[in-house]
Amino acid sequence: MDYQTILVEVKNAVGYLTFNRPKSLNSFNVDMHTEVAAVLKQWSSDPAIRCVVISGSGRGFCAGQDLGDRVVDPNAASPDLSYSIQTYYNPLIKTIANMPKPVICAVNGVAAGAGANIALACDLVIAAKSANFVQAFCRLGLVPDSGGTWFLPQLVGPARAMGLSLLGDKLPAQTAKEWGMIWDVAEDNELTDKVTQLAEHLAKQPTFGLSLIKKAIRQSSDNSFEEQLQLEADFQRIAGRSEDYREGVQAFMQKRSANFQGR
Amino acid sequence: MQELIKASTATDGVLLLTLNRPEKRNALNNATLQCLCELLEEAEHNAQVKAVVLTGNAQCFAAGADLSELAAMDAVTLQLDIRPKLWQKIDAFSKPLISAVNGYALGAGFELVLHSDMVVCGENARFALPEITLGMLPGAGGTQRLARLVGQQLTMRWAMTGEMISAKQAEQHGICSQVVPTELTVEYAVQLAAKIAKQAPLAIRVIKQSIKSIHETTLSQGIKFERQNFVWLAATKDRNEGINAFFEKRKPVFRGE
Repeated sequence: MDYQTILVEVKNAVGYLTFNRPKSLNSFNVDMHTEVAAVLKQWSSDPAIRCVVISGSGRGFCAGQDLGDRVVDPNAASPDLSYSIQTYYNPLIKTIANMPKPVICAVNGVAAGAGANIALACDLVIAAKSANFVQAFCRLGLVPDSGGTWFLPQLVGPARAMGLSLLGDKLPAQTAKEWGMIWDVAEDNELTDKVTQLAEHLAKQPTFGLSLIKKAIRQSSDNSFEEQLQLEADFQRIAGRSEDYREGVQAFMQKRSANFQGR
Repeated sequence: MQELIKASTATDGVLLLTLNRPEKRNALNNATLQCLCELLEEAEHNAQVKAVVLTGNAQCFAAGADLSELAAMDAVTLQLDIRPKLWQKIDAFSKPLISAVNGYALGAGFELVLHSDMVVCGENARFALPEITLGMLPGAGGTQRLARLVGQQLTMRWAMTGEMISAKQAEQHGICSQVVPTELTVEYAVQLAAKIAKQAPLAIRVIKQSIKSIHETTLSQGIKFERQNFVWLAATKDRNEGINAFFEKRKPVFRGE
């Protein structure tokens, strides 16, 4: 397949999706939405892909919505901004959150607006030291979208979520890590290696089990304590029937390393 | 011919019926409904069967009636259709009927779910009455049973828009008793049925009758009916066994007598 706005590579069971509109800091236009959605949808159900890496090309990760793609004439009729959210951004965030395999975000540079929140929707976020996160929405009179108002309080607590969203200041990668908003920070020139290593490790793990972990953690915010305990019991029952569990136990007994198939 | 419904032999008193027209998304044509009625009829008379679980497959419980069958009918042939009789038979089944719903239960599929006594659904379950989008209305009790279950507001909305109802909404509004991971739906429904299968069959029978009477009668009449059932059960051996076992601190052995 030929893509105009993204780069796609599959290697060692890892799917690498790179936003590729570097001139506009990889901001989203409709073409990019369409291409990203097609690739992620296919990878979601492809058992040969056991980990997904999302990153950006050039100096930025993603600057969110391409404003050049929208009506900004102050005299024109007001645009319906909810249209692109419901048509593109919300489905994208849900696809990432529901992907039955780990999704790593390699934040190689600035992640602003929806770009920041797409990163936060991923399961593991590794940022380059020079990267930063900007909830830029407030500066235009808008509201953080793409899950921002949900992810931020979950990740960093309401006080910091408020500060980030009301002020729209740049949050350096290192601070984001200290606040628990992202998993790790890498030296700029080591980001790719570090992410590849992590992705290739995850791609050899019991993918089905990982998908249940992901699902359980994501559902925990909806559930009461009792419900979550029940969910753990149900998921453990399902996990216990997987081939990988059998292999894992056998490998442990035979004192060898396990050869997981992801199912 | 391929079996329209697979019936697993009743183990522990539970009979599992699986709608089996996957290529037609388990559309409920007359032959399938007829087959269901026959299987329920057999189950009615089989003392080994204490409860029935009805399910489809992981993607689809039943995606509605068979449209090609329906399209071929006009007002006259519909007037003579045997279908309403088939639905009545399902409604008249006297043993507990539990639906285990994964995937889509639409139109007649949803109405079939509404005919069952209890519903366990997988988190991927989706219900809807999309008849309106075809210029029709639900024709197997959908407007009646759903309105009695969830009230006028939601029923009007769902019947007039054909909107999808998620598993979570279904649970919130009492369309199902429990939502479980999709992989476990049938197991949980069978577990529930097995729990019921251990109880005294005659008591289960009158509990079902008493509860189903709520839509047919007034509260005071319903309470009289309940009381009659209560008195009548006193003449059964199982009631004595239940009370004796309680005093003797052992598990009761019910025989349906």
